[in-house]
Amino acid sequence: MELPFFYLFSAGIVITSLFMITRSNVIHAALLLVLTFFFLAGLFVLAGAEFLAAVQVLIYSGGIMVLYLFSIMLMNVQVAVRIRQWHRQRFFAILILLVLGFEIWSVLGKGVFPKMKVWPWKLGATPGNVEALGSVLYTKFVFPFEVVSILLLASMIGAIVLAKKKIDS
Amino acid sequence: MIPLSHFLTLGAVLFLIGAAGVLMRRNVIIILLSIELMLNAVNVTLIGFSRQWADLSGQVFAIFVIAVAACEAAVGLAILISLNRDKTVMNVDEVNLLKW
Repeated sequence: MELPFFYLFSAGIVITSLFMITRSNVIHAALLLVLTFFFLAGLFVLAGAEFLAAVQVLIYSGGIMVLYLFSIMLMNVQVAVRIRQWHRQRFFAILILLVLGFEIWSVLGKGVFPKMKVWPWKLGATPGNVEALGSVLYTKFVFPFEVVSILLLASMIGAIVLAKKKIDS
Repeated sequence: MIPLSHFLTLGAVLFLIGAAGVLMRRNVIIILLSIELMLNAVNVTLIGFSRQWADLSGQVFAIFVIAVAACEAAVGLAILISLNRDKTVMNVDEVNLLKW
């Protein structure tokens, strides 16, 4: 029963992302990326990552993409629609992508993976995805967690300094 | 039951689509959105492996990837807004301040 839904979600992801990179209107592209993120959230639920699915919808679609849309609204987008959309280097880009795709394919084709294990909470050992994730995040990964908070602070200050107006003194 | 190879293939395809967007488009915002797409492809791979081994480390790293994506979006959009202050710059090949 999982497999048809996996194919449905992955077809949605691939189609919307292909549409996303070919749009000339950036607002359409951003909204298509929101749709991609919703399909990805469905995929995460299928993979047993319920908390990440919620984060994907709330933070990614609701936070980051709204930030993108606000910034697009602040800029003059109508100029950008009318000009040439594709870069001149696209021949080399296709070449590089073919090489990259061949590399990924050759590595994936060789991989031998062990048998799938079952999540502990499916067996009744631990409470559930969110609680298990929280207990891992705040014990084993507490140092990377703090480093990420410093990174967020640094990028916030950097964004404010970069985007603020110059004050003549 | 979904095999792990399905997740890995989807991640690879998504990463290639994002890389195509970064390399072939001129619009700066589309390039930033394609970078988000590539980060999500990595998330798909991490979650596929996390499911295969029933290990939560992959999901924790996916959370970190989302945090880094938020940082990248904030700084990238700030650079874009400061570029757009004087005149409208929407294409990457027009930004050549650091070119010699």
